[in-house]
Amino acid sequence: MLKVDDIHVYYGQIHAIKGVSFEVHEGEIVALIGANGAGKSTILKTVSGLLRPKSGSISFLGENIHHTEAYKLVNRGLAHVPEGRRIFLQMTVRENLDMGAFTRKDDSEKDIDDVFRRFPRLKEREKQIAGTLSGGEQQMLAMGRAMMSKPKLLMLDEPSMGLAPILVEQIFDIVREFHAMGTTILLVEQNAGKALAVADRAYVLEQGRITLSGTGEELASSDAVKKAYLGG
Amino acid sequence: MMDFLSTLISGLSLGSIYALIALGYTMVYGIAKMLNFAHGDVIMVGAFAVITSVSMLGLSPVLSILISIVCCVVLGVSIERIAYKPLRKSPPLAVLITAIGVSYFLQSLALLIFGSTQHSFPKIINMPAIELGELTIRGNMLITLVITTAIMAGMSIFINKSKTGKAMRAVSEDRDAAELMGISVNRTITITFAIGSALAAVAGLFYGTTYGFIGPYTGSMPGIKAFVAAVFGGIGSMPGAMLGGILLGVIENLSKRYISTELSDAIVFAVLIIVLMVKPTGLLGKKINEKV
Repeated sequence: MLKVDDIHVYYGQIHAIKGVSFEVHEGEIVALIGANGAGKSTILKTVSGLLRPKSGSISFLGENIHHTEAYKLVNRGLAHVPEGRRIFLQMTVRENLDMGAFTRKDDSEKDIDDVFRRFPRLKEREKQIAGTLSGGEQQMLAMGRAMMSKPKLLMLDEPSMGLAPILVEQIFDIVREFHAMGTTILLVEQNAGKALAVADRAYVLEQGRITLSGTGEELASSDAVKKAYLGG
Repeated sequence: MMDFLSTLISGLSLGSIYALIALGYTMVYGIAKMLNFAHGDVIMVGAFAVITSVSMLGLSPVLSILISIVCCVVLGVSIERIAYKPLRKSPPLAVLITAIGVSYFLQSLALLIFGSTQHSFPKIINMPAIELGELTIRGNMLITLVITTAIMAGMSIFINKSKTGKAMRAVSEDRDAAELMGISVNRTITITFAIGSALAAVAGLFYGTTYGFIGPYTGSMPGIKAFVAAVFGGIGSMPGAMLGGILLGVIENLSKRYISTELSDAIVFAVLIIVLMVKPTGLLGKKINEKV
């Protein structure tokens, strides 16, 4: 479904991604794990078109997308929940969901109801300004908003960041639910334990390069991963 | 009392013109994150478009107004495409200087075409004065007030309720996140310049009608005052621009009438300085505290 082939990405002079290749197949949950600054978010931004690779190629559903503008990819089935959630803080909860459905021509009312059914807290706060939501609620809104475009591939950047353990649990349950609905998921996480538990396959990223890959279980039991990311 | 009321009404009418211009400033600032100092000169171009259509070509007022709006929209969108878009990722100072350059360019162009003399603005708004007891309200002021109020109400509904309006707010708040929703940031910026320039054309029409004369530099003073109005109300905030524009017009007219004609501009700017000292974000501007 998604094939990233030897991409190099720069921030000005800084060579952030140094020849990364990976694939996501339809129906999978794939995790990218790695420390802060390893380049995980940069990879997602490059896939969604916010950044351009200097070389290498990215194909999504068989078409090259590394020259495609970000806004055009939403319609093709790619959704990206960026790091820090990036909901529209000055807009209402409902308006945020409307923005998620921006590219849709059909009626999105039913899907908004679905989001509200899944997240009753959001329904209660439908007309509230999103900036007044708690961190967990904001994450749920960001995920609900991304699902409004009915994506084939959902990319989540650190969905558990800054959340209390009980909420982290809940967020990973939602990831499983979205997956069960038929959405393919590419997950970026610092919380390697949780990410590997939910992922079919995973890649370990270190300083802009992929250093390890395997199934979630394989990596979770690998000594190198245990030592570096799972606290021994 | 009657004197005060009529000064107030002409202040409201002038202020509503400032408000229209300030809306363009504030929308462009909010969405394209730049100060378009050529905005005032778009008003001058709009006014000259009316003069050319009515006085030189003899076209009907309605057609002339439409031509003026179309000219300004095409001009505003072209300015953005040619001068600002290539600088989208440049430092703000480069964009600011470019905007000032565009302003001089438009003034010089008008100077070349129309010369340095003031051209009289055709009387296309013909509405008799209304007398309410001792109070006389000039017809063009009434029209200005009614139409600008309707436009401002329409703009509020558009920005709050329409899909495009919501997309504009989304782009204004977070460009990358908006792009990830499938919103084209480029298209949204183009729409913003188109709307801002159309408002400038309408403002040019009322400004010309109020003062009666238009020259190549006519746009700069209302442009600067509208910028002040936008900052006064809180730049980036649409209700702020409307409030700031109207207050500015009222303060200006009241000072002209009761304090000093010469000092009126100084008083206007002094009020701005005081407001900004007390509330640096302007009257309705908000400081955003992001929750992470």
